[in-house]
Amino acid sequence: MTEKKIRILVAKPGLDSHDRGAKVVARALRDAGMEVIYTGLRQTPEQIVETVLQEDVDVLGLSILSGAHMTHFPKIMNLMKQKDLKDVLVFAGGIIPEEDIEPLQKLGIREIFGPGTPTETVIDFVKKNVQKSR
Amino acid sequence: MAVASQIVTSLLQGNQRAVAKAITHVEDGTSEAEKITALLYPHTGKAQVIGITGSGGVGKSTLIEKLVRELRRGGKTVGVIAVDPTSPFSGGAFLGDRIRMQDLSTDEGVFIRSMATRNNPGGLARATMDTVRILDASGKDIILIETVGAGQSEVDIIKIAPTVVVVLAPGFGDAIQTIKAGIMEIGDIFVINKADRESADKAVINIRAMLQLGTQRGKWIPPIVKTTATTGAGVSELLEKIGEHREYLSKGEASQRQRRIVREELEEAIKRKTAEHILTALQKEGELDNLISKLLSKEIDPMSAAEEALNRILTRSKRR
Repeated sequence: MTEKKIRILVAKPGLDSHDRGAKVVARALRDAGMEVIYTGLRQTPEQIVETVLQEDVDVLGLSILSGAHMTHFPKIMNLMKQKDLKDVLVFAGGIIPEEDIEPLQKLGIREIFGPGTPTETVIDFVKKNVQKSR
Repeated sequence: MAVASQIVTSLLQGNQRAVAKAITHVEDGTSEAEKITALLYPHTGKAQVIGITGSGGVGKSTLIEKLVRELRRGGKTVGVIAVDPTSPFSGGAFLGDRIRMQDLSTDEGVFIRSMATRNNPGGLARATMDTVRILDASGKDIILIETVGAGQSEVDIIKIAPTVVVVLAPGFGDAIQTIKAGIMEIGDIFVINKADRESADKAVINIRAMLQLGTQRGKWIPPIVKTTATTGAGVSELLEKIGEHREYLSKGEASQRQRRIVREELEEAIKRKTAEHILTALQKEGELDNLISKLLSKEIDPMSAAEEALNRILTRSKRR
């Protein structure tokens, strides 16, 4: 009766005023057969990491538009490390300038998707990279 | 045994990560799941389990958030299981109940878990009961279960929760809707949420009339509480009623309800174990395909085929 499903948290840190993009991605992942947990706008790094832990997700998708990614993302990745959640696959999307991509990837964020990325690209990325051996 | 006993040892100490991992095991039905459940079974039975059900959009999640706050003020630790439906097409799910509860997520005395039904009928996930046990064993005083947005017949919550709260909103329908069988029969407490709307009193009258029409089961008369979950109005009164129901149950009906719950579970476990056993045996021998072909060519009907399969397995185990 084994029934593994990819569980994924789509989270929005900071003070973004809308979440259209995050919802589009969440919906696409749902339609790809994944269980998507959505927490809504204006989440603190602590709330996000605690949700990752309680929901025992395989993947964390971060969406940010406000430009505060260099503040919030390092905090989130740090907390993830502290809580020993290193095996969770993390990706991000939103408005993130080219020059910030490398430092963010160094923090452990595996991929960063810009505006206009087809949802299939995100789905493929998740399916290929998720560790189902957890 | 190593993985299971490690998880259980640390979840008994209240370790949140272990609780989360254990839930994933029972949800996925891994090889460790049964061991985990077996190991923690003796440590369960302490928590008060409350079911919150009602149609989608009546305010169950928002109400739960306010209930949890009130319970935390009283020093209680709380587990929340929030169930949302799985898509019958993709097998995916959008679990959005947490949106209303996120302010609670960093409170160490609260553990919230979203679950998809994974196409289990009845308004709950198959692993709901095991998840209740995990939260119970981890030391949570109160466990709140939010069912999927339940229409009329998603009533499995009574198999798990000794206290069931049915949440309605004004304008859910006329008095006829309240007489229908199903969800309107299972409420130990009725809540009219969004009570700041003008037709709230009419809804209360409809429910009261429904309750007076029927024959009572036991001495408990389900109270009707008006709440406005967005402001928190009426929530402390609801908690009072939940407390009164617990007290009422403890005066006699509790053991009866518990017996019914355990019996249901045993029956379910027997069905699952035997069905799995028979199907695996048939599949091994290729007999399953054989029977399917016979059904397709109308040589045999499904009930007779099942009978034949069962006899074959029973005689074989006798020979052994």
